[in-house]
Amino acid sequence: MLYINCPHCGMRSQNEFSYGGDASIKRPELNKEISDNEWNDFVYNRKSLRGKHLELWQHISGCRQWIKVERDTATHEIFRTFKADEEVAS
Amino acid sequence: MTQNYRVENTGLINRDKKLSFKFNGKKYSGYEGDTLASALLANGVHLIGRSFKYHRPRGFFGAGVDEPYAVVQLFRNGETEPNIKATEQELFEGLEANSVNCWPSVNFDIGAINNFLKIFLPAGFYYKTFMWPKSFWYRIYEPFIRKAAGLGVASTKHDKERYEHKYEYCDLLIAGSGPSGLASAYAAAKNGAKVILAEDKPRFGGSLLTSDVNIGNQSGRDWAEGIVSELKEMSNVVVKNRSQIFGYYDHNMLVMSEKISDHLPKTKKFHPNKKLWYIRAKEVLISSGSIERPIVFGNNDTPGVMLSSAAKEYLKVYGVLVGKNPLVFTNNDSGYETAIEFKKNGIDSLVLDTRKNPESEIINEAKSLGIKIKFSHVVVAAQGYKRVKSADIASISDNKKQLGKIENIKCDCICVSGFWTPTIHLASQSGNKTKFNEDIDAFIPGISKQNETTLGAANGVFSLEETLKTSFQAGNEISKKITKTDKKIPIPNVVEKKSSQHDKFWCVPLPKGKNYKRFLDFQNDVAVSDIEIALREGYRSIEHVKRYTTLGMATDQGKTSNLNGLQLVSEIENKVVPSVGHTTFRPPYTPVSIGAIVGREVGKHSKPTRKSPMHSWHEKNNAVFVDAGVWLRPRYYKKGNENLFEASKREAKNVRSNVGVCDVTTLGKIDIKGPDAAEFLNRVYTNAWLKLPVGKARYGVMLREDGIVMDDGTTTRISENHYHMTTTTAQAANVLSHLEYYLQLVWPELNVNVVSTTEQWAGAAIAGPKSRDLLQKLFPKSDVSKEGLPFMGYMEGDLFGVKARIFRISFSGELAYELNVESDNGNFMWEKIMEVGEEFKIQPYGTEALSTLRIEMGHVAGSELDGRTIPYDNALEGLTSKKKDFIGKRSLQRAAFIAEDRQRVVGVVPLDKKTSIPEGSHLVKDANAPLPNPKLGHISASCWSVEYDNPFSLAILKDGKNMIGKKLFVMSPLKNKIIPVEIVSSHYVDPKGERVRS
Repeated sequence: MLYINCPHCGMRSQNEFSYGGDASIKRPELNKEISDNEWNDFVYNRKSLRGKHLELWQHISGCRQWIKVERDTATHEIFRTFKADEEVAS
Repeated sequence: MTQNYRVENTGLINRDKKLSFKFNGKKYSGYEGDTLASALLANGVHLIGRSFKYHRPRGFFGAGVDEPYAVVQLFRNGETEPNIKATEQELFEGLEANSVNCWPSVNFDIGAINNFLKIFLPAGFYYKTFMWPKSFWYRIYEPFIRKAAGLGVASTKHDKERYEHKYEYCDLLIAGSGPSGLASAYAAAKNGAKVILAEDKPRFGGSLLTSDVNIGNQSGRDWAEGIVSELKEMSNVVVKNRSQIFGYYDHNMLVMSEKISDHLPKTKKFHPNKKLWYIRAKEVLISSGSIERPIVFGNNDTPGVMLSSAAKEYLKVYGVLVGKNPLVFTNNDSGYETAIEFKKNGIDSLVLDTRKNPESEIINEAKSLGIKIKFSHVVVAAQGYKRVKSADIASISDNKKQLGKIENIKCDCICVSGFWTPTIHLASQSGNKTKFNEDIDAFIPGISKQNETTLGAANGVFSLEETLKTSFQAGNEISKKITKTDKKIPIPNVVEKKSSQHDKFWCVPLPKGKNYKRFLDFQNDVAVSDIEIALREGYRSIEHVKRYTTLGMATDQGKTSNLNGLQLVSEIENKVVPSVGHTTFRPPYTPVSIGAIVGREVGKHSKPTRKSPMHSWHEKNNAVFVDAGVWLRPRYYKKGNENLFEASKREAKNVRSNVGVCDVTTLGKIDIKGPDAAEFLNRVYTNAWLKLPVGKARYGVMLREDGIVMDDGTTTRISENHYHMTTTTAQAANVLSHLEYYLQLVWPELNVNVVSTTEQWAGAAIAGPKSRDLLQKLFPKSDVSKEGLPFMGYMEGDLFGVKARIFRISFSGELAYELNVESDNGNFMWEKIMEVGEEFKIQPYGTEALSTLRIEMGHVAGSELDGRTIPYDNALEGLTSKKKDFIGKRSLQRAAFIAEDRQRVVGVVPLDKKTSIPEGSHLVKDANAPLPNPKLGHISASCWSVEYDNPFSLAILKDGKNMIGKKLFVMSPLKNKIIPVEIVSSHYVDPKGERVRS
């Protein structure tokens, strides 16, 4: 079971969180003309990366904040975690 | 039978407490402190079961967790448990156990015919033979193989035992209480670290219980006892016996199974049977020791052949002789220790050593005790069927290829030692890259991936002096970093006998003209010849060889067989062992009861049960409950002998003609506040929200980004910046997460807060033509007239002193209101409604009547909003705004979503107006079309229309828009029904919606 450093609450076990997918996906702006392909990429297409992956988790059984977690998908190592509004410098 | 094989004055058992037990129906006795294995051996019982494939007689091979054979069916306190290792099961008064894998009895087993057919059962036999004809698999082969192959029999009764889970955090978790575990725990504990020390056996001390050593001028055993009692006194240390750490998971989470009651005749009151510990450790020290490995020779599975360390343990811990005429077969010094222990108890043994001229302290001691030794000698084959009677032995050439003249020697047991294999399972599970150590012919941990350190024999260190030194050091240094305390502990002096180099010898060649089975994997009956076949047939990867032959795949996970298997593969392939590599170690290290894994989350406890504040009223009024998500809701209120159908019809009719009240507390409720709340709702819902005035409610539909309907409900503007959202019961949690996602990540610039208030409000829906009259009497001071409180209106009122929220919204399609009061007042509200409503013939109604009312009105709900439908499919496209953007809007342009013949909700009525339509049935054009009959749609919800007194269903139907008036067939192969139906509008009752506005 992963041990995740919630930036609001501290180290907590994985079973307090729910997974939210790729954190690098940006929702297209509202009311913007957008091509089928672009929308398709946003809704459906995700990379299945091996290695460092920036992903979203929600601390549902804690502070209910969505957070960003930088995790290695192969080794499960967690490098850094960020608040929802924190910029992630690579 | 008396305990003929028990010796006096040796062992740690309690001779004052005699226990009686039964094995295969026969009565025996043993002592407190025995295992089932040691007690049986004390009575001279070696035959314990039959082997998996050939049904050969099998005895005891080990004395603990590594045991491959002695798996029994246990009976305890009226319950039965399969696959218990007799070497681990502690004896208790009245224990009963039976052999498994034999029929009709362990002494005469019909399956043993396989032994004589063994030429037909080589590796891959099942794969090759039972593949065709294909139809034979289910009917003939599979049932036969299952019957022949099973180990124990699981009980089909409900397990009455209780199992618990515990979460724990510590600085150091130490696996194993041998010399390295005790030394490192002691050093860490003295530095003030929070330590958990786990030992799988009942006794602490590991190898110190059986080895002849001195630590700090006392015996190893006494030293261990002293350390353990000191540790037990320390408040920062948890010391646990009977506790097996079986899995090493991510981020230093380890799981331990603690046996609390298995050693007792029955579980004590209020005690669990087992406790599963989830331990998050900052550092893990693995001191799991090593397991002796066998030397492979002919018939090496005969009862009476066992590990020499096991023979020593039975003698030193249990005071039991595994034989009175033992033969010791060794390639290293360990065998001599066993021979010396026999000698000390007056038993002469013969030692066969594969080495030519080894010299060491231990060998000298054996010589001086007068123990007979034959160097450069091997056991070629064991003789005897149900018990070793003699051994064929021979000298062996220096290159270990040629056998000398074979000689038969009488003996009643053969104690084998092929050197030691470090127990690296936990290290490997943690991701450690193990490496092969040529000096000991085994793998040891290499570079750690997580915070884990392996010490002592588990790390390939077999000298006690070095083990203690490194373990005291490791315990001190690792804890020092955590506690910032450095308390140096003097390392005690050690007296042990020095060993000489072991012989790199592991398998005795077959003598000319003999075809003895030489077993590698004793539990799965994998012999040397099976590995040879696999390699001959082209299997190269050790993982493939493993699966083809099943080597190491039994419940003992190859603890005694893996390395010998690897040696064989590397020899045939002419490769070195490290390049063959070992198969992956996976948790659990030993079998774990399913009950322990499940813990307390059984039956009703598998999830929380949520009850509304009016629950006890429902109970008192004969409600029959139904699970709605995690809530319990009244399905109907039973009157007299009514069944579900009659009761729900009565309740629904009463709503249509008078007034009914329904508990709607379970609806999800979300409080939304902030200056941007209207803008936020406008983005979340498909319809327009910016112009909703204060004191008004609106029905809204929300989508996922892929255009599929996520949820629906009403949201009311309580005040300028304050909204009250309702969701369906099932989606409440998902909708809250969804809103939080957009507020926190997508549009953080919106100043809005959301919080769940589901449990803060109790809700009651009052519905029916007389509901306004009732409402007026409940709120005499409020104007609830048609004008005062119009459809979709909201007001606050005073319900006999209790503050209430009044919403004029309707799910039933009737004139209806929903009342909310704070949860504590829920029951008060409900009783007032019932009291005041009496004159209007009020009746409570449950979810079944609620469904009937909404279905015949054509209101969509969960069964239509099933995660596959878009607004159009639910006839909700009128609610999708053309002017503004919202979540999921762009997806609605997808070609499939705008197709001319897109599916749509319709009503379905059987032509005979009598036959009820099963939910989930398919709609087809032609009932007699060849299969697979093209499906046009499915029945999503069915009811008995109380308005028209005939069955009515909703369906999602392809091209539903153009199907009204068409005749189709409903097919339910499950219910074996074909029903001719007519497609009608989904709005079966009051299609213009006049009643809700009345």
